[in-house]
Order: sequence, then C-alpha cells, then structure tokens
Amino acid sequence: MDGAMILEWVLKSVFILLFMTAGFAYTTLFERRMIAKFQARIGPNRAGPWGLLQPVADGLKLIFKEELIPAHADKVMFVLAPVITVIPSLIVTAVVPWGGVVDLFGRKVPLYLADVNVGLLYIMAVTSISVYGITLAGWASNNKYATLGGLRSTAQMISYEIAMGFCFVVPVLLAGSLSLVDIVEAQKKIWFIFLQPGAAIILAITMYAEVNRAPFDMPEAEQELTAGYHSEYSGMKFALFFMAEYIKMIAVSMIFATLFLGGYHFPFVDQIPVIGPYLGPFVLLAKTLVLLFGFIWVRATLPRIRYDRLMAFGWKVLFPLSLLSVLVTAAMVLLVK
Amino acid sequence: MLTAWLYVGIFLVVAVLLPAVAIALAGILAPKKSNPIKTSVYECGIEVVGPARVQIKAQYYIYAMVFLVFDVEMVLLFPWAVAFKQLPLFAVFEGILFLLILLGGLFYAWRKGALEWF
Repeated sequence: MDGAMILEWVLKSVFILLFMTAGFAYTTLFERRMIAKFQARIGPNRAGPWGLLQPVADGLKLIFKEELIPAHADKVMFVLAPVITVIPSLIVTAVVPWGGVVDLFGRKVPLYLADVNVGLLYIMAVTSISVYGITLAGWASNNKYATLGGLRSTAQMISYEIAMGFCFVVPVLLAGSLSLVDIVEAQKKIWFIFLQPGAAIILAITMYAEVNRAPFDMPEAEQELTAGYHSEYSGMKFALFFMAEYIKMIAVSMIFATLFLGGYHFPFVDQIPVIGPYLGPFVLLAKTLVLLFGFIWVRATLPRIRYDRLMAFGWKVLFPLSLLSVLVTAAMVLLVK
Repeated sequence: MLTAWLYVGIFLVVAVLLPAVAIALAGILAPKKSNPIKTSVYECGIEVVGPARVQIKAQYYIYAMVFLVFDVEMVLLFPWAVAFKQLPLFAVFEGILFLLILLGGLFYAWRKGALEWF
C-alpha cells in the first residue's frame, strides 16, 4: 500500500467513469441509429460524420436548459433522486473484471478495480439501490404520472429481482465462488451459457426488467404515463436519469457477459502471444456490444406487456423456472463430483 | 481483502463527482426564469385534480411481503452455493430440501391468491 498504488486505483476509477460516460453517450447514438434502421429511417446523421457529434450536441443542449422544480415537490428528494439513481449504476461496475493481470509501465496491473470475494452479492445489493432513486423521484415530484411510474418501478423490481438472484446462484454453484474474477476463470474451458442455457435466458429477461427497458418499460410508458417517474424533470436532472438508464444497460450487459459468456475470455484470443492478455478488455467490449444490440433489437421488435401480465410472468413463470434451474445445476454439479 | 473495499470506496467518491459536476454545471449555466405557470404540476395541461399522494392499493403491500420472504431465503442460498463442492452429501440435500420448501411456499402464496393482481 503506497502512494503509487492509490494513484493507480484513482486513475482506474477515473478511466472507468469516463469510459462509462462516453459509453452512455455513444449507446444513445447507437440506439437511435439502429432503431432508425429497424424502422427504415435514417436517424441522426447531421452532427459530424455519421452523426458522431450528436451526443455532444445533446449534452450541451441539456446543460443550457432551464431546470424547474415543481412548486409542491419535495425539493431535497427531488434533487437527490437522480443522484441516487445514477451512482449505483456506475459503482456496480467496480467488481466487473475486464482483463487479467498485465504488465503496464513496468508494473503488474490487474485489469479490474476490485476483486471482492462477495462480488455477486455486492452487485445484487447495489442494483437494488437504484430503484429507490426512481421511486423517490416519482414520490417527490408530487405528480400523478410520476407517482404511478415510481410505484410500477418498485413492483416490477420486486417481481424480477428474485428470479435474477436465483440465476446468480447458478454460476456460483458452477464456479464455487462469489468473486467475479473466479467466475470468469472458471469459464476458461467452457462458458456457463452452454452448461446452463435456461438460467442464462431467464437472467437475460430479468435484466431487461431490471433496467426498465422495453418490453418492461412500464415505469416510463409514454402512451399512458407521459414520461412516468421523470415527467417533472428537465435539463441536467433529466439527463442524469437518462444516463442512469443507459449506464445500467451497459453495466448489466457486462455482468451478463461475465457470468455466462466467459467475461474477458474468448477461445484462441487468450493464446495469442505477447498481446493476448491485453486483448481482454476488447473481448469484453465486443460481448457487451452484442448484448447492447440485443437490448435495441428487443426494443424495436416487442410491444409493451400489460402490467398484471408482467407481474404474473415474473412470479409465476420466471421464479419457479429459476428455482428449477438452481436445482438442475445442483444435481449436475453433484453428478460430476 | 479490506483493500479491495478501499478501491470500491475510491470509486464511489470518484463516481459521486459525475452527478455533482453535472448538477453544478447546469446550476451555473442554465437560465433561471421561473414563474408559477412553469412550476405548476403537469397534468396534460388541465387544472390539477386532487392530490398526487393518495392511498395506494394494498396489493403492493402483499407483493412486498412475499418478496421479502423470498429475497431473504435467496440470500441464504449464496453461502450454500459457494461451499457446494466441499459440502458433505447431507448438507447438499439439506440445501435442496430448503429449496423445495421455498417452492412449496411459492405455491402456497399462489393458491392463496397473493400473486393475482385484481
């Protein structure tokens, strides 16, 4: 523990932060361009080549927009809510490894922020904090649409988090550890998605619900709730909610890739001499991009589910199935042993 | 091991900077020309009808109770899963029995109609 160590970790933190922010900006552009392609439109292509400066223009515009706080809102909670929503979506990435240990500038640098031995528990704990932000935003706005949006978000979270948790138990059973680094290393030979495809599919569905994306975007269903929990938000505070949603999308894609798709491992890429270990982050990035495209594809394809059906699907289909997949995995591990 | 949490702590401090800078920057640069019409509650442009903080359907409460039970039981499964490969057969079957009791609890709640939205 010396000064250089602390500096190394501060630099890594700043790098992840900047990466996630830039990732957020370009995910929005990626999504708009892709949705446009799906709908046979062109999409934003005026600002810069291929519209690459569009996120910058959007960001600048939002900074200069007036921020209004409704007269009867709870002012402290109203300002705090977007902060509570955005911070968990950022810090959840702290335990996701994006590479092994490599030599950088003559030091042995592990390409992850923290190898916490309760990594998965940390992810579960942190992702459920951000729902407080959304619920508080709905409540603090003192607006009927926002209140309904906030409530829906809570109900949805509690319906899907249990199935998500049981799907998290599956890789833990297979790898015998809660640390994400260990889980990735256990997938060196075979990815867990091939051992337990059922759990992977359930986890993917619950992830869509967890980040409130279509077809589970009930908290902000435009046609019925105008903008749901962020109806009363404008300017930068609205941008923070927007940012939280997209950063969370990137974060859960990374988590899914880590748990079931072998994280930073890819067959044969690891064996490339000299540069092999350095390619880990790029492998993870490629997998994340594929999963992000999945998010966009689903949004462009599926309509929203009716609310009671959404709840029933979570409790009556996904929950028993996820329990079953834990049992099957346990039996599988037992037989191999 | 504790140092890993220190790094998470550093990251948390750095992460707080992002919304802080964003809100501060907007606070300096954004125009502030508020008036009562602008700060009124949005309700499709009509006059506001009644308060927004009303009593909430009891169904939410029942779901919350069911959630609480299963969430705690799920967290209890994590240590069992971590130690699974070293566990004696007896402990393995205890865990599986626990899972089956969980499943029984789910079906009980289901039959009692706790999972119906009406």
